[in-house]
Amino acid sequence: MKLAIASGKGGTGKTTLAVALATLLPGCRLLDADVEEPNARLFVNGDEIDQREVTMPIPVVDPAACRACGACVRFCKFNALALAGGKILVFEELCHGCGGCSLVCPTRAIHEKPLPIGALSTILNDTWSLVEGRLNVGRMAAPLVIRRLLAQANKTGETIIDCPPGTSCNMVTAVRDADYTILVTEATAFGLQDLSLAVNTMRKLKKRFGVIINRADLGDDRVRRYCADESVKIHLEIPFSREIAQAIANGKTMLDGAPEFEAQLRSVLAQTGMGGIA
Amino acid sequence: MKIAISARSASLESNFDTRFGRAPLFVIYDTDSKEVSSCNNTQNLQAAQGAGIQTAQNVANAGAQAVVSGHCGPKAFTVLTAAGVTVYQAKAATVQDVIRQFENGELVAMNSADVEGHWV
Amino acid sequence: MKELVILSGKGGTGKTSMAGACIALAHRDTGKVVLADADVDAADLFLLTQPVPIEEEDFTSGVEAHINPERCTGCGRCFSVCRFDAIRILDNGKAQVTETGCEGCAVCAHVCPVHAIDLVDRHCGVTWTSDTRFGRMFHAKLDPAGENSGKLVTLVRQRAKEYARSSGAEWLIVDGPPGIGCPVIASITDADALLTIAEPGLSSKHDLVRLLELARHFGIPTMLIVNKWDIDPDITVNIENEARQMGAIPVGRIPWSKALVEAQLSGRTLPEYLPAGDIQSTITEIWEKICQTMHA
Repeated sequence: MKLAIASGKGGTGKTTLAVALATLLPGCRLLDADVEEPNARLFVNGDEIDQREVTMPIPVVDPAACRACGACVRFCKFNALALAGGKILVFEELCHGCGGCSLVCPTRAIHEKPLPIGALSTILNDTWSLVEGRLNVGRMAAPLVIRRLLAQANKTGETIIDCPPGTSCNMVTAVRDADYTILVTEATAFGLQDLSLAVNTMRKLKKRFGVIINRADLGDDRVRRYCADESVKIHLEIPFSREIAQAIANGKTMLDGAPEFEAQLRSVLAQTGMGGIA
Repeated sequence: MKIAISARSASLESNFDTRFGRAPLFVIYDTDSKEVSSCNNTQNLQAAQGAGIQTAQNVANAGAQAVVSGHCGPKAFTVLTAAGVTVYQAKAATVQDVIRQFENGELVAMNSADVEGHWV
Repeated sequence: MKELVILSGKGGTGKTSMAGACIALAHRDTGKVVLADADVDAADLFLLTQPVPIEEEDFTSGVEAHINPERCTGCGRCFSVCRFDAIRILDNGKAQVTETGCEGCAVCAHVCPVHAIDLVDRHCGVTWTSDTRFGRMFHAKLDPAGENSGKLVTLVRQRAKEYARSSGAEWLIVDGPPGIGCPVIASITDADALLTIAEPGLSSKHDLVRLLELARHFGIPTMLIVNKWDIDPDITVNIENEARQMGAIPVGRIPWSKALVEAQLSGRTLPEYLPAGDIQSTITEIWEKICQTMHA
């Protein structure tokens, strides 16, 4: 089963929760899909056993075969190609890797080369493993790295997907394979606003989801009322805890800081069907 | 030869537009025949990315051998250079002022882009 | 006119709260402020500024593919060429574009042997120009699951900048998005300065470093505030040192305080909400340091 941990607002505790849940599921694979700012590895005490580059195919024009007809330039929806001085220029940073230019070239003058845009790293912990997706700084193809990462989901056990914040293309790509998604929020005005955006997105995607309210005592009732009005299930409310905050600040897990939450987290897993418990 | 000048509207009195990729049009001035024409650039105002690249091709296809703007980003500069178009930078109020500066030899050709590429 | 963009790398460090504070103090000092919310994915600044919209406009960007089910013969060619996993094959064998994922490259339309695929303008969101008690505000909202390429951010900033210049504003203050991707790139290019907000923790430090790399690549002067610093003073010092090494200037620290949450719940910026006292002085001093640093 694949469980995604997402949110609208950043900083609500997605990674904190994802890591804590992973520690409770032996054999679990955690996928860090926040490829712009992947943090899960800060909480893993293990060795990196594999790293592979993620590349995107970009066009290379063979000047001998190119007739400078401009068909590729006209086709490209991203303005990544230009015809100037009788030559085709390629702008890698604008290319989306769609392959259209090489398809339309009448003289087959375009082949593709792999451009590194990020990496997938596998780190083994004692009972679980992490596969982290990382986008190179300055690159724009986050969804591509996320898709490659999702292919690393556990085939024989459970997978937890630590999603990027927000509700746009990055988050949507990360939750697309999930069987269930937990939206983590905080009990504040910003928390509610962004949660409502995330809920709308999940409904548009027709995905199953529920909510966890983190730092639930720092704020007011508005998120609870919203969830009641919208018939959204709240799986758990976690109060603000300086112990948890300090543990997280230092690369320790939520349960290292506050072990008393273990039973409640196990209950969340059971409620969502993770760990094979219906 | 023809020079292209980024402008707000299609006349010599028009305000000089310092942006290259997002200028609404270019006034094309032929220094030999003194003819004035214009080249529309509005289709590039809406481009999500690559506006400079498209504009540069636009300007080259209009037959300009020199272009004058306030700034020029790296991708636009690459295209213009490949097309054999010399890029000049100017500070002026109107297109007419730019032409005068050009004809007086007051403008300096750029060796490279002077601003980072961007999406604004 | 100076443009200050507020960012964090990691979310939840207090970016929008600080943006609100800067807006309130800039307004108190000069009376001539323009606001922009560049976090179009999860826009929250409006909760502190209560904007009254003057103009609203739909925003379209790029195209997306639509497969006409009547014409589709189920040959699957589009499915095999799509590199973005944006086409699925239905039970009846016909192809369908997924709700999200289509990047508008048009390759599927090109290969379809029966011309069953159209490319339609993609509606991405809505933009507003509004009035607030601090000045004019430019903001937007992406559609749920919208494409976040940075173009909407660009549009919001461009409008804000043009208005700021033409109206003689002294400040344009921009609440930026989290992360380091296209929306962040679109919010920082050409800015006069960045103000990054971190919290004392390994995650925030890691993310801040990536953001500072981006800022350095674009050559934009960057300042740093550490919020909730007393959660871990050692890491706070560590983050400030790391930031200095990367060319950023620490301009202050804010202690953890419930007041920041309370201000937000009450829909007010910190300077409006905080009574006279330590935190209020801290925020005011930080603002003064920001002004000094930017005028240097």
